[in-house]
Amino acid sequence: MKDNASPDLSQCLDLLRTMYLIRYTEEQLAEDFAAGKTPGGVHLSTGQEAVAAGICAHLTDQDQLASNHRGHGHFIAKGGDPKTLFAEIYGKSEGICRGMGGSMHVADYSKGIIGANGIVGAGLPISTGAALADLLDDDGSFTVCIFGDGASNQGVLQESFNFAALWKLPLLYVCEHNGFCQFSPAETVTAGTISDRAKAFGIPVKVVEEGNDVRAVWNAMAWASEYIRAGNGPAFIEARTYRINNHFEREHLVVQTPYRTREEVEKMRQERDPIIMLRQWMLNENLTDEKVLSAIDKEAARIIQESVAFGEAGTVPPENIGLEYMFAGTYN
Amino acid sequence: MARTRLITAINDALREEMERDEKVILFGEDVEASIFGDTRGLIDLFGPRRVRNTPISENTLTGMTVGAAASGYRVVLHLMFANFVYTGMDGIANQIARARLMSGAQIDLPITIIASYGGGRANAAQHSDTPFSPVMSLGGIHVLAPSNPADAKGLLKSAIRCNDPVIFFEPGGRGGEIGEVPDEDYLTPIGEAAVLREGKDVTLIGMGSTMRMTIQAADKLDKEGVESTVVDVRSLAPLDEKTLCGAASNTGRVVIVDESRDRCSAASQIAAILADRCFGYLRAPIKRVTTPDCSLPYAPASEKYLLPSIGKVLAAANVVLSTGETR
Repeated sequence: MKDNASPDLSQCLDLLRTMYLIRYTEEQLAEDFAAGKTPGGVHLSTGQEAVAAGICAHLTDQDQLASNHRGHGHFIAKGGDPKTLFAEIYGKSEGICRGMGGSMHVADYSKGIIGANGIVGAGLPISTGAALADLLDDDGSFTVCIFGDGASNQGVLQESFNFAALWKLPLLYVCEHNGFCQFSPAETVTAGTISDRAKAFGIPVKVVEEGNDVRAVWNAMAWASEYIRAGNGPAFIEARTYRINNHFEREHLVVQTPYRTREEVEKMRQERDPIIMLRQWMLNENLTDEKVLSAIDKEAARIIQESVAFGEAGTVPPENIGLEYMFAGTYN
Repeated sequence: MARTRLITAINDALREEMERDEKVILFGEDVEASIFGDTRGLIDLFGPRRVRNTPISENTLTGMTVGAAASGYRVVLHLMFANFVYTGMDGIANQIARARLMSGAQIDLPITIIASYGGGRANAAQHSDTPFSPVMSLGGIHVLAPSNPADAKGLLKSAIRCNDPVIFFEPGGRGGEIGEVPDEDYLTPIGEAAVLREGKDVTLIGMGSTMRMTIQAADKLDKEGVESTVVDVRSLAPLDEKTLCGAASNTGRVVIVDESRDRCSAASQIAAILADRCFGYLRAPIKRVTTPDCSLPYAPASEKYLLPSIGKVLAAANVVLSTGETR
């Protein structure tokens, strides 16, 4: 695969479909949270869809993905079912984690989705262990860890780099740099360039300056996937995007001092929307027409509405079910 | 039966389980050099794929066990000193102990963490803790503290075969202690205490590193004509409440010996359970022999002053024998 490989028309339409599914999921959950429909909080990834879609387009069910608290998009892009996602976030037995995990812990191990995580950076050790299993299995599959710029300041990033470089683990680090560590602009809490930290361990790096350009993310991932599957060890992608959503929904109720302006967010929303960017490019290149794109849009909206209905129709888990799930209680 | 050192029994358990199941992998700090001797020789038998020396990175090590276990491996992590439970705590408390429930039981986590604990060897305050309760209180992890070679081997084999996470506490500095170990393949069940002897006057409950002094105290009492029921807790989580209650009810007078710091110790938990479940059978207040809520000093005499001892067990026994209801 050449370094400048690009998605073909069918792949572009798939990327668009994935991004619409994520967009409609997040928009729905924003409404749901505001309406008090979700039992707990949600961290949304509107505007960051290109990273999830571009990365996961190159993965199979055998490849594993560790995600973070802002993980709905990663779940969907990796092949998770939006129906079980909504049921989970509504706290229902039909949820992918039977209502036991919620928004911050969506995981579908049958699809290689080894868990969103409520602890910033905790996906790094877990994916290091998963990549060790990949190395031992030696079946050509690999593990991806998607984390944010905030997680880059956890010590486990450096620890994990050391393991992965030392053991040549098939592990891809994806720093989804959305510019904000909870309620602090990244530059106020993060020194230097994050991907440079990987270089110090001899891990090859690709920086995607416009991480909202899904084709650019796809391209970087084409390189990383080929590099890792060939047995070369770990690689690192830093994709620069922007967090349109608050850290969590309705954060204005608790944030005392604003850390960014509405104008900034609005500007990003209008100028760097990954869905609009891909649509525009495809139309400019005369690859397809509005009718095809609109059909994808409508289809995604329909799938999410069905998923909402599925979640709403779900059943409330038995009150004492937690005790049952704590232990397997079995021996090998 | 063969007379075997405790550390050799642990080594045998690891070797036998790695021979039995090729999915068992072992990693941790200096598992090749094996300063305690428990992982000695395993690198030669099983090679560097399954036996891996690691960097000193406890938080990544503990978290890694989840990724490897969820991918189908049975993971044994050697954490070296039990104080490193604290440096690896995110992996233990937020990941290992939580991942099964959070996933809605999509995964099992066959993980065994081995850590050597306890004071008495002038290792100073950061290499001498007995951190039973910080992990007992997590839920989601079984906690074992064997006291002799046979139990150490049988419990470790159970831990490795168990599809749930286990922390296996190895009594530091006691690897040379010898005991009879069965020749055949056997398992010591998780969650079962052992009654070592039955006597009518007082119940002495010990665990792990305090078991030897507990037995020695019972021997001394025996010479004075006082009969002891002696219990080895073995499994701190889950606790064998039935056996503990039975042993306490036999005499109504209970001393619990635990090297943990007193506040929220394993001894405190056992005392609370006994007070709750056997109140009607108790004849005297339950006494705990523990380490005071203090860091362990380096200077040997100052350290020794704080740790449980035969003298302290006997003193506590005399208190429970001389107070409360008479027969």
